[in-house]
Amino acid sequence: MLARTVTHALVGLDARRVDVEAHLQGGVPAFAIVGLADRACQEAKERVRSGIASAALDWPSRRITVNLAPAELRKEGSGFDLPIALAVLAASRQVPPERLVGHAAVGELGLDGGLRPVGGVLAAAEGARDGGLTKLLCAAECAAEAALAGIEPVPVRHLAEAVAYLRGERDPPPVEISSNGDGAEAACPDLGDVRGQERARRALELAAAGRHNLLLAGPPGTGKTMLARRLPGILPRLPPDEALEVTRIHSVAGLLPPGRPLVTVPPFRAPHHTASVAAIVGGGPNPRPGEASLAHRGVLFLDELAEFPRNALEALRQPLEDGAISIARVGGKLVFPARFQLVATMNLCPCGARGDPAAECSCSAARLAAYRDKLSRALLDRFDLLVTVPRPRARELEAAPAEGSEAVRTRVEAARARSCDNRLRRSGKANELLSRAVERLPLSARGRARVARVARTAALLAGATEIGTEHVAEALSFRSPTELGPR
Amino acid sequence: MSDLALAAFAAETGAHVVEEPRERRFERFRRRFDAERYLARLASQGYRFLGRSDPGFPPLLRELHDTPPGLFLRGSANVELLAEPAVAIVGARSCSSYGGQVARVLGRDLSAAGLVVVSGMARGVDGEAHRGALEAGGATVAVLGCGVDRDYPAVHRHLARGICESGLVVSEYAPGVEPAPWRFPARNRIIAGLAAATVIVEARERSGALITADFALEAGREVFAVPGEITSSLSAGTNALLRLGATPLTRVGDVLEALGVEPAQAMSLELGDHAVAVLAALGEEPAGADQLGRVTGLDAAAVATALTELELAGAVAETEGLYRGVRPPD
Repeated sequence: MLARTVTHALVGLDARRVDVEAHLQGGVPAFAIVGLADRACQEAKERVRSGIASAALDWPSRRITVNLAPAELRKEGSGFDLPIALAVLAASRQVPPERLVGHAAVGELGLDGGLRPVGGVLAAAEGARDGGLTKLLCAAECAAEAALAGIEPVPVRHLAEAVAYLRGERDPPPVEISSNGDGAEAACPDLGDVRGQERARRALELAAAGRHNLLLAGPPGTGKTMLARRLPGILPRLPPDEALEVTRIHSVAGLLPPGRPLVTVPPFRAPHHTASVAAIVGGGPNPRPGEASLAHRGVLFLDELAEFPRNALEALRQPLEDGAISIARVGGKLVFPARFQLVATMNLCPCGARGDPAAECSCSAARLAAYRDKLSRALLDRFDLLVTVPRPRARELEAAPAEGSEAVRTRVEAARARSCDNRLRRSGKANELLSRAVERLPLSARGRARVARVARTAALLAGATEIGTEHVAEALSFRSPTELGPR
Repeated sequence: MSDLALAAFAAETGAHVVEEPRERRFERFRRRFDAERYLARLASQGYRFLGRSDPGFPPLLRELHDTPPGLFLRGSANVELLAEPAVAIVGARSCSSYGGQVARVLGRDLSAAGLVVVSGMARGVDGEAHRGALEAGGATVAVLGCGVDRDYPAVHRHLARGICESGLVVSEYAPGVEPAPWRFPARNRIIAGLAAATVIVEARERSGALITADFALEAGREVFAVPGEITSSLSAGTNALLRLGATPLTRVGDVLEALGVEPAQAMSLELGDHAVAVLAALGEEPAGADQLGRVTGLDAAAVATALTELELAGAVAETEGLYRGVRPPD
């Protein structure tokens, strides 16, 4: 006796249809899963057997073979538990096989028969939708996520519920489709917590409005990290299409918070500097998105930039340029989107005392050079805004609390709105200033283009009708500090 | 052409040679040395050679008791540049931001007054002095302690290119000679020898810059030292020089007066209202942009704009996020 269910395996961010075939035949009772199943998938045997028993259903005392087709596709993870269980039940006619038509299934079983959520449900739901299926059996926690793909989710808490549904005995409770309730957004730290630091705040605002990459340099303890963490709070919320894109990536990585499936706040990823290259750009035998892709449409924050291994930093140059990471394997090439805004902090020297009037730097010239050499010019060139944050004086810390994130975000949103329909030109005087600066300051051709971009953002924030000298001058003040600049 | 043979012999043997050695080896070398071909190859690489017997050889350098056989030159400037009144600015490689700024301002203002700035293209004070001179649009001379073809240290490749555009990179060592520790003191005698006055900006107690000062004193040239904080180890060398009788340098005019040079016309600054306010707020102490904003009541964007204006006018310099007024009291 043969029965079939449909599920999906993840290849990168895409779902591939996998047919789960269960075949029962006479002979010594046995259970085998074939079709390139990895270890987690092989262990499904035990979970499925216990789950079926716990749901008060019969484990067929036959020779059971489960095939995951196409057999050449490597299958990973525990999401195959539910489709395998349903295929076995359908093959033993405990579930009417014809009722499975039009359904896909995904989910991990507990030994008690309960259904656990798995990653990548959004991608699986999209795969099912594109494959012409209309319903997806999944854990109740994943139902809202599956609904984002425009497919009808069948949320089940327990294997028994799924069986009851398929037998037509009971319909599962409907899910509310409004995926994100009001005020359910993830809380971002507020910019109002930062006292003083007007210049760095201004740089953050410019970075948010123009999607500029930002480097904060300065001695330790000046609030660089605190400032950087407040960037997502002033970024505009993601438009629906981008939100869906980000949600898909986070779903595959299993990072979606329960109950709030749609990611609307730009993500903020802060990998530690001990992270491996694969952890940052993605990889693995069956490649998974790395931090750079998880920061897609959001912020990738590298604290202590110079401490990162150089090859990890160099690997970021491709996504900074193309907005995507391609990972080549013998089996094929995968492309992960990675259009992130890079924010980094660094000290001005290895001992950290440079830039701090109260401390004397003890670094030798060679050590200092080695520290700075870790950052290639090519990487430093990607930062449009460089801010040196000096140690604030005690008086500054007593300053009144400043504007909160809300107010800044309103301005940023206005600037972004203007950037779409506005063709800004530089005034003659602004052009003159830019040319003079190129002669007078250490400013490369690339640096000039960077300054021009930032000047445009400053003009957009000001709501100006053209890019004036004041905007160019401000942009120039955020160019690469001389101590990091070209020698 | 015996100067060239001597220089080429020194390069081949890796020795320091100023007198014709009475060795068979040198005789043999001279016999097989083809000066024409050597010069042609040098020219094809873009280098020149100025022998000490050449009438264009800088007279001040000829006064040394161990005048080098000649100088290899790289860069577009004429040989006459080396004979013009020059000031050497030298100091610590790992200088403080204050030292770097003083070197830059001195380089700029001395160059603006028409003097040639000579230094060693090392990190720190040397590099800043060259940069200052280039900023003022002046010609500057870098003396290397290795083959004239080397950009040493490598971080100054860009700077070397800038120097070559209007000035000269010179060395007594032929192209291909590797840098070696013992060559740098020898190089310092040329720096001191080319200059009518030597300024030490910052130096530790046993700094190479003090060797340059010794050479300058030996040659009877003026030596200036920039006073520093008595607690800073970076000022130990310069302050010791002052105690021994070096002239303290407190303003650019000190050097100009000693050499009898007219100071350059002060740059007329046409600054906007914001820039004037920010400049006024910038007191003795360096200040961060936030602090300036608080004193002047301007917002961060306006302060940034004003600071760029001041920086372009050369009235303010930034290091490590702190701004300081750089027009020294004249």
